[in-house]
Amino acid sequence: MTEVQENTINEEVIEIGQKELSKNAIITNNLTVSFSGRPAIKNINCKIKRGTVTAIIGPSGCGKSTFLRALNYMHELTPKSEVTGEIIILGKDIRQYEMTDLRKKVGMVFQKANPFPTMSIYDNVISGLIFNKRYKRNYLDEKVQKCLEQAGLWSEVKNRLNDSAMSLSGGQQQRLCIARTIAVNPEIILMDEPTSALDPMSTLKVEELIYNLKSNYTIVIVTHNMQQAARVSDNTAFFFLGDLIEYSKTQKVFTNPDEKLTEEYVTGKFG
Amino acid sequence: MTAEEIYKNESYLVRRKIKNRVMLSLCYLAAILAVVPLIYIFFYTTAQGFSALNVDFFTKLPAPVGEEGGGMANAIVGTLLLVSIGSAVGIPVGVLAGIYVSEYSNSILSNIVKFVTDVLSGVPSIIIGIFAYGVIVIPMGNFSAYAGGFALGILMIPTITRTTEEMLKLVPHTLREASLALGVSRWKTTIRVVLKTASAGIITGILLAIARAAGETAPLLFTAFGNRFWSDSLDQPIASLPVQIFTYAISPYKDWHEQAWAGAFVLIFVVFIVNLLVRLVTRNKFRPN
Repeated sequence: MTEVQENTINEEVIEIGQKELSKNAIITNNLTVSFSGRPAIKNINCKIKRGTVTAIIGPSGCGKSTFLRALNYMHELTPKSEVTGEIIILGKDIRQYEMTDLRKKVGMVFQKANPFPTMSIYDNVISGLIFNKRYKRNYLDEKVQKCLEQAGLWSEVKNRLNDSAMSLSGGQQQRLCIARTIAVNPEIILMDEPTSALDPMSTLKVEELIYNLKSNYTIVIVTHNMQQAARVSDNTAFFFLGDLIEYSKTQKVFTNPDEKLTEEYVTGKFG
Repeated sequence: MTAEEIYKNESYLVRRKIKNRVMLSLCYLAAILAVVPLIYIFFYTTAQGFSALNVDFFTKLPAPVGEEGGGMANAIVGTLLLVSIGSAVGIPVGVLAGIYVSEYSNSILSNIVKFVTDVLSGVPSIIIGIFAYGVIVIPMGNFSAYAGGFALGILMIPTITRTTEEMLKLVPHTLREASLALGVSRWKTTIRVVLKTASAGIITGILLAIARAAGETAPLLFTAFGNRFWSDSLDQPIASLPVQIFTYAISPYKDWHEQAWAGAFVLIFVVFIVNLLVRLVTRNKFRPN
């Protein structure tokens, strides 16, 4: 094993095999994230296939969000954080990406809807584009309509695109954030408890949306809601105290898990 | 004693109500005390100065001693020029320093900057005038508008830096993350999202700094110096309203006193107009929250 660690990044990638690389959107090897020297997740090894929805479940503080945020390098802003091990996104080591390119490929939707408060609904959708470059007006018009349609929000806001984004309800704001995320053409979308602040009807809409987005994007969703994980995901990963305890097909995790701990968690014995 | 018993007990309720009344009236009193001086200054200045106001005051140079009439046209223009130069120095430095302190607050340097701006805001303005005298007037060899503007700019820096920092810190962290997650670089995030969201508060800070700079006399005494005529260029001594008011107020002539009051009135009015204009121009279409 020591030999592997001494190899350069490229050789390790070759070792994993070209076939594996093209099949999986995300591969992590011995991924450890520490804050102030204390590991929040330890030696996570997992492969997430392209075009699937993967749910990450586990009790609070088990490292779900830490894992998710490592995938698009969000820990960069946290002082005293350290990421070791390897993350391979779309066949390329994360360290080989330009940070802005990586985050365009790997979009993120947050727990609390966070549209830009000083901007209109229209501008919010295309914010990721116009912050970086100038575009033609009719291209942007089309883009706004397409993304809002994809996010299932178009019919509700098409007559008030120039209103403040803050005039929308919480559920609409969250779908606006999803529209904003897909406007920059990502291949992977990370969702950090996207419905935990929403009412049941809005949650249902977001879940439908996730189901519809599945064909075009690889989705990783952190959730506290076990039923939600069962409803929307193909695969489920169970985290506990910083370890990845079990990772397999959602149906198997919920009906016939290998680990005793997983069973106790999904049946509500703790957590 | 249960809660019900407490509520039934009249004396508790009465005591609580009295306490509430006393504290509320103290608050009212404090609020009135805070507003009274402002209103008094405003009305008194208007009453004293308005009668001396006429077209000449805005268009003519000061009249020589013994002659009636004359105005403060050069001082009004001088103050506008000095404040503009001060803003050109103070606003960029202040805002950028505020961004540094707020957005890169992990470094030791940012703590030093914070400490130093706090100290700077407590430095008497006349000391800043002496500093500008040493740095600009002595090497240049004469008093000038540049030196006066520079002194005002230095005075503006701490106010602007601290308000910018405070306002940027109020911008939720999630907005920064949202922008970064869209593949927007950090500096673009700072400008397009963080600064924009905090703009109303930052502008308030800038206006405060401008208002304070416009009314400063001490740092101008040995930098811009003053001038009874129009200045040909910015490297010459220049008149300013506060210095003109000061000179006229300590003079023994009655009509100069009246003109000084008129000058004070105009100064307040100019600051008010600048406030209004900046607010209108930078108005945000959507107020956050």
